[in-house]
Amino acid sequence: MHNATIKSLAADLAARKFSSVELTRHFLSRIRVLNLKYNCFITVDDAASLKLAQAADDLRAAGRAGPLTGIPIAQKDIFCAKGWLTTCGSKMLSNFISPYDAHVVEQLNGAGAVNIGKTNMDEFAMGSSSETSYYGPVRNPWNADTVPGGSSGGSAAAVAARLAPGAIGTDTGGSIRQPAALSGVCGLKPTYGVVSRYGMIAFASSLDQGGPMARTAEDLALMMNVMAGFDARDSTSLERAREDYAREIGKAVKGLKIGLPKEFFAEGAEAGVSAAVEAAIAAYRKLGCETVEVSLPNMKLAVPVYYVLAPAEASSNLARYDGVRYGHRAPDHADLTDMYKRTRAQGFGQEVKRRILIGTYVLSHGYYDAYYIQAQKVRRLVARDFAEAFRRCDVIMGPTSPTTAFRLGEKIGDPVKMYLNDIYTIPANLAGLPGMSIPCGFDGKGLPVGLQIVGNTFAEAKMLGIAHQYQLATDWHLRIPPECEA
Amino acid sequence: MALTLDDVRRVAHLARVAIDDAEARAVLAQLNDVFRLVAEMQAVDTGGVEPMSHALDVTQRLRADAVTETDQHAAFQSVAPHVEGDLYLVPKVIE
Repeated sequence: MHNATIKSLAADLAARKFSSVELTRHFLSRIRVLNLKYNCFITVDDAASLKLAQAADDLRAAGRAGPLTGIPIAQKDIFCAKGWLTTCGSKMLSNFISPYDAHVVEQLNGAGAVNIGKTNMDEFAMGSSSETSYYGPVRNPWNADTVPGGSSGGSAAAVAARLAPGAIGTDTGGSIRQPAALSGVCGLKPTYGVVSRYGMIAFASSLDQGGPMARTAEDLALMMNVMAGFDARDSTSLERAREDYAREIGKAVKGLKIGLPKEFFAEGAEAGVSAAVEAAIAAYRKLGCETVEVSLPNMKLAVPVYYVLAPAEASSNLARYDGVRYGHRAPDHADLTDMYKRTRAQGFGQEVKRRILIGTYVLSHGYYDAYYIQAQKVRRLVARDFAEAFRRCDVIMGPTSPTTAFRLGEKIGDPVKMYLNDIYTIPANLAGLPGMSIPCGFDGKGLPVGLQIVGNTFAEAKMLGIAHQYQLATDWHLRIPPECEA
Repeated sequence: MALTLDDVRRVAHLARVAIDDAEARAVLAQLNDVFRLVAEMQAVDTGGVEPMSHALDVTQRLRADAVTETDQHAAFQSVAPHVEGDLYLVPKVIE
């Protein structure tokens, strides 16, 4: 059961081969064993999950089942889920039982999906390795001495280890795509505004976007059909007609123009990554695609721009953690200011504090124009590069990450080194464009490599179709980490 | 331009994060590394470029001036560190 895709599980549930309660019990029993090793989940609540599974079975009995009804889906612990501990990987929220549901969680519940647990992540989504979590690091199912990527590392590792057929994540600078690549699964960051941010704990609001993670492009499409949609409670949610994200799944890719940005293929990526990505592009050529060289000349500025904008927005968003309304409060304090300062010093980890300080500095009097406004201007230059590139191609392809999974502890002491890991993913966030990562091979160490596909605004359905054609021709997405097979 | 220890202390105060000297010194070196990275972006000529605050050029929606929220204070205050008589309690501010 645990190696099946969402699509085939849905067919089996519809054929009454097993119930959602049985399916959920199966995944819960796997989690009980394998989570000790990989630390993918912060919270698992068997009784709550089984109650949702029973409700899904009832929904089916009443003849109202949809494609996700009864399917266990893991939720990154950044999504508020009513009655569930929702920590965002932080000590600050270690006692926060959410009093409400995120829009995405409402949508999943409405579709009868089963919350199989809340997944581990970098604290407040700030990290690329899932090592900054207050709840300990997540380990990569392909090699437990390496990281799964981050920040949605718990979700990626859970899907890779077959602890859930699908999971939800968020992506601010690559936090869905990079862990998908490093853990050998698929992940999609939609166009900014397609998935509501309501109830998704805010990091950098102009960049944050939720999206699905699963093992096939087709499963991502099924999840998107439930997750996407207008929500008035998110001021940047887009009012668009509903669309079927699976509508281009069967479409051939012959004649498709794939743009290859020369900056993605300059030195920088490991040899094993380049080789796998080039083989994937060769496979697309064999399917009848054309390739054309394009350029994103300002790409090298994306990381510096991101490390002004994201910390600035984070310092503002995280001002809400004051020990007054929810979350941790320092037990001893002299006065109100001292209470704020101690609460925040105790509740936040090192990386979060570092980014709050960077953000506060760049927004402070006398520095605002030189840093924040300048970063917003360069952001536009990065976005224009994509607009120019998409005049010459249908989609852009390249590596998702310059490296495969690195060892725990290898980069955590050097923030800049960690930040540069997101060099290929950050540009799409700055431009607000949809991006995805799909497995496209392994390096010499047996670690998975991800192929990144970036599309123009609202091109998700097209990208999913393009990814599906590759998955019909190859079997990288079907590989199972050896220690998770049984 | 490199930050000083005083900058770190000032910013930590603005951000309301307690920081001791050892921590400030450690963080100073890391912040300077980050600002060296950021400097690459500062050298770019952006004359005539409009700042981009939103990924898509859309405007904020307006809605009718009608009450849409319901009273949920009991649910929201159930997760507060210290509440009394429906009020959030904080350390005494006025003597």
